[in-house]
Amino acid sequence: MASSDMSSEPLLRATNVHKRFDSVEVLKGIDLDVAQGEVVAIIGSSGSGKTTMLRCINLLEEYDDGEIHIDGETIGYRIVGGVRKRLRESAIADQRARIGMVFQGFNLFPHMTAEQNVMLGLTKVQKMPKAEARDRAVHWLDRVGLAERREHYPYQLSGGQQQRVAIARAVAMDPRLVLFDEVTSALDPELVAEVLSVMKSLAESGMTMLVVSHEMLFVRDVATRVVFMDGGRIAAEGPPAEVMGNPSSERLRSFLGRFHGLFG
Amino acid sequence: MIDYQFNFDVIWRNWDNFLGALGMGLGLAAASLTLGAILGLGLAAARISGKRWLDRPVWLYVELVRNTPLLLLIFFVYFGLPEIGIYVLDKYHSFILTLTLYAAAYMCEVFRAGLTSIPNGYLEAGKAIGLRPAQRARYVMLPMMFRITLPAMSNNFISLFKDTSLAAAIAVPELTFTARQVNANTFRVVEAWLTASILYLAAAYLIAWALRRVERRYAMIR
Repeated sequence: MASSDMSSEPLLRATNVHKRFDSVEVLKGIDLDVAQGEVVAIIGSSGSGKTTMLRCINLLEEYDDGEIHIDGETIGYRIVGGVRKRLRESAIADQRARIGMVFQGFNLFPHMTAEQNVMLGLTKVQKMPKAEARDRAVHWLDRVGLAERREHYPYQLSGGQQQRVAIARAVAMDPRLVLFDEVTSALDPELVAEVLSVMKSLAESGMTMLVVSHEMLFVRDVATRVVFMDGGRIAAEGPPAEVMGNPSSERLRSFLGRFHGLFG
Repeated sequence: MIDYQFNFDVIWRNWDNFLGALGMGLGLAAASLTLGAILGLGLAAARISGKRWLDRPVWLYVELVRNTPLLLLIFFVYFGLPEIGIYVLDKYHSFILTLTLYAAAYMCEVFRAGLTSIPNGYLEAGKAIGLRPAQRARYVMLPMMFRITLPAMSNNFISLFKDTSLAAAIAVPELTFTARQVNANTFRVVEAWLTASILYLAAAYLIAWALRRVERRYAMIR
């Protein structure tokens, strides 16, 4: 990815992002930078806007105001004479291909094997030859510990295995940034650890990650920075030890208090 | 007392006619289903397009066809179109056209239901890996819709096959027409209708069995 004249910008820069659903404003001006190699965790109670923020970054939701840049390029819009114009669907698709996303509900294509799920974006979006795409898929399925299961369909896999395939599908595209949207929330407790350990190993390999999560131990151990969202705004931000160890506000203290015992 | 004397000789003498007629019915059903599915898919796309000017006419068409007796449609196309100056159709093409239009209305609703039942998460997953809209349709929506709607398509195919008996009304030599002819020529009333019934039953049952195997092959969740 060639860096442009905007190369002084961080990988992701969101400025003053606003989003409303009808009369409810869920994002009230978010400013967020993510530098290459950072693992940024977004925490906050449900309804605080953290998932919406994540979904705006690859335009699964359209933001109403502000700008989101990836490598200096505005996501989803261009400004023509001071007016925002939505990009063509094909241009948006090309932008999305550079941003990986892992969903709470896995969303593996149910009619494809694990390997086919990983290969689809490689062959159809990146136009990679089939053999090369298969090698890449096998490599990543191996990285998430599922090389043996590559011929399995999603319904033949456990939730934790499905989520690991979904991670492989996202990272195999060699994205600049991977978004994780509460990826362990739909899992049985005993399956959470296998997914978190895959994410930890990705983080250690230098992948840039933006993670919405309620797994506070994971956040504390793996994130390089924590962002606490409250009521559509960023209410606190900093290294995990600082934000979680020494909460700056009553709201944050009471939010973290729900995970009591973890930070005693 | 039943004192009817069965005599199946006339049936065996006309056996080739019966089999040919059965093949004709299957062919009419297959052609109509194929063309009807293609047309129905287009109609379904119009229905979910979110554009009123596309959605409303298709809705009207579907309601008109589904609430009109098929026999009447057959007569309208075969006898009615020539009256308004359209002469190009022989009885075979006329019947296939009618059954196609009829099937398309039903398939439209089947496909529309199938398309709208695909959970949004799969489409978002397609967006997230950078698939373009046409690619999402081709690699995500259509294969999933096909699998979701297979049982309904199977039922439609069997219904259409049975509906081909109505082609007898415009003298297409399918199974019902053939049975009536044998009946008229030989007065073996019971044998003729019994044979036709058994052939319909056997064929419909075989189709259902074969399609169930296809359904199992393509099931996403077993």
